[in-house]
Amino acid sequence: MNIHEYQGKEILKSYGVRIQEGIVADTPEDAVEAARMLHMQTGTQFYVVKAQIHAGGRGKGGGVKVAKNLEEVRELSKKILGMQLVTHQTGPEGKKVNKVLISQDVYYPGPSKPKEYYLGILLDRAKGRNVIMASTEGGMDIEEVAEHTPEKITKEWVDPLVGLQPFQARKIAFSLGLEGNAFKEMVNFIQALYRAYVETDSSMFEINPVLKTSDDKILAVDAKVNLDDNALFRHKNYAELRDITEEDPLEVEASKSGLNYVKLDGNVGCMVNGAGLAMATMDIIKLSGGEPANFLDVGGGANAQTVEAGFRIILKDPNVKAILINVFGGIVRGDRVANGVVEAYKAIGNINIPIIVRLQGTNAEEGARIIDESGLKVYSAVLLKDAAARVTEVLKGVK
Amino acid sequence: MSVLVNKNSKVIVQGFTGSEGSFHAQQMIEYGTNVVGGVTPGKGGNTHLDRPVFNTVQQAVEKTGADVSIIFVPPAFAADAIMEAADAGIKVIITITEGIPTKDMIYAKEYLKGKDIRLIGPNCPGVITPEEAKVGIMPGFVFKKGKIGIVSKSGTLTYEAADQIVKAGLGISTAIGIGGDPIIGTPTKEAVELLMNDPETEAIVMIGEIGGGMESEAARWIKETGNKKPVVGFIAGQTAPKGRRMGHAGAIIGGADDTAEAKMRIMRECGIHVVESPALIGDTMLKALGKA
Repeated sequence: MNIHEYQGKEILKSYGVRIQEGIVADTPEDAVEAARMLHMQTGTQFYVVKAQIHAGGRGKGGGVKVAKNLEEVRELSKKILGMQLVTHQTGPEGKKVNKVLISQDVYYPGPSKPKEYYLGILLDRAKGRNVIMASTEGGMDIEEVAEHTPEKITKEWVDPLVGLQPFQARKIAFSLGLEGNAFKEMVNFIQALYRAYVETDSSMFEINPVLKTSDDKILAVDAKVNLDDNALFRHKNYAELRDITEEDPLEVEASKSGLNYVKLDGNVGCMVNGAGLAMATMDIIKLSGGEPANFLDVGGGANAQTVEAGFRIILKDPNVKAILINVFGGIVRGDRVANGVVEAYKAIGNINIPIIVRLQGTNAEEGARIIDESGLKVYSAVLLKDAAARVTEVLKGVK
Repeated sequence: MSVLVNKNSKVIVQGFTGSEGSFHAQQMIEYGTNVVGGVTPGKGGNTHLDRPVFNTVQQAVEKTGADVSIIFVPPAFAADAIMEAADAGIKVIITITEGIPTKDMIYAKEYLKGKDIRLIGPNCPGVITPEEAKVGIMPGFVFKKGKIGIVSKSGTLTYEAADQIVKAGLGISTAIGIGGDPIIGTPTKEAVELLMNDPETEAIVMIGEIGGGMESEAARWIKETGNKKPVVGFIAGQTAPKGRRMGHAGAIIGGADDTAEAKMRIMRECGIHVVESPALIGDTMLKALGKA
């Protein structure tokens, strides 16, 4: 589960990670009030107005602006709140900004020059361990750094049984070229950050940038925090961090019916049992001349209810010109799925697009017969090859 | 021969009396798997499906001599169940449970390190050696006996592959569902290695999906060891967008090496018969064997 910067920072702070302080607001008036409070709490002279959406690249997209006074806080918040912020991660339609984080200015002048770094924690799948990645190239996309100047990235793998050791934190801090108080601060920062990562059951932390201030403090200016969905049962209080306005409404609706749905941009909808076969079915659609409109895994218990719920969700996408249902029955019997499809079809009524139902496995032939004899605009197939050919055929008719 | 499970395997079911455990234990027994008992803490001493229920895996092993365990316990307790099985001396632990927290699996995998134990899964359909033992949730009738080994991250796609192999007039030696989670006990390369070393397996189907680098690692190993048996490969998710999780917790494109395209390219370079279309797994295997 992705959460907002302001939520991630609150979590980090609770584990003793120093952050760029800020107060979240959802109206320009609240933003001004937040700035006033922040001035009292931190003495900050300038304010950073930061759009809160679940996507990176907010600064480049115009979602992060510096205000020199309260009036500018109001003006900038007014501009940013409600805007469709487009970044390289949002897609061309962008994401609507509902909240801004009014943050203290941490790039103030002082005895030394401020410097930005990168810190990330994630799972190294091959090693089965968490890895901390650090780089002197703060503010840069870490993938680009990894591609062009991999020598600038330091990695430390953490033994899960003993946890992060101080020497590892020191190695990272030294590799970043830090010394004096900034070095000590960074060591503490890394240790607190790792503890937060483990105890919150996170699946990714990206702190980019981590800032060394002009007076040698180390703090998190941004925080991308991704929580492990499978561990949320241990952290009931995190449920409220979910922001469904960040999610596709169809995906939210699907998850209520226990369906795993991901909206895509294509013209052929699909409904499949099993994630791997669902991806393979999307690939078949592409190879047959279409583009997949979605990923949809109905899971192990494909029945009339789940099939109907799936139908309804797919049909809400106006781009869908055909639907391919691909169910490999094992425990689920083909004839029952076929009956489910026919029932759902009748329950929904006027479906004007062609549907291809490919049933394989237990009672596949009987399932195909039920489909063929239903009198509906539904085509049956047994082999995956035949289903693919049907998709091509149907798309020709549609075009 | 065959790998991991066979007619001599003595299988216990952890989470035996739960609904999933009961249903699939029944199915396995009907298939002919030698299910010798099960474990449900607090229900020891009872009989379920005509087999003894034990409180601990240790008791089950002592009383039945079990050497294989299949785990159906809920996600919150599954890593604990894996470690319990390992501690009791079970040699092959097959974990079906989906949704185990990653942190738990990191600990469990670390716990197994250095021990002579094979963990399959989690989040997998299990392992089947046709006509001998089905230790999993797959529809047994799809898997006819033969000489093709299957390694796959996904459930229904494994059935699909097996069905195509059988319809091509071939059969399966052992099919291993390795699981779709970010951390699994037996990565692709190790499962492929088992089948490469199995004298009864003549060729291998290797099915992967987006995310991680396991298939590339396996492909490189296949090449380094001299492409001893023909391998047909497929990677699901050629059309999956970056950064979106496609059902399986592990199926997400993070970097450029995670894409289906990148993996298929590496597999091709390593001499694997890569199919673009999942409908052509059977046909391609026939070609790879020189039978078509």
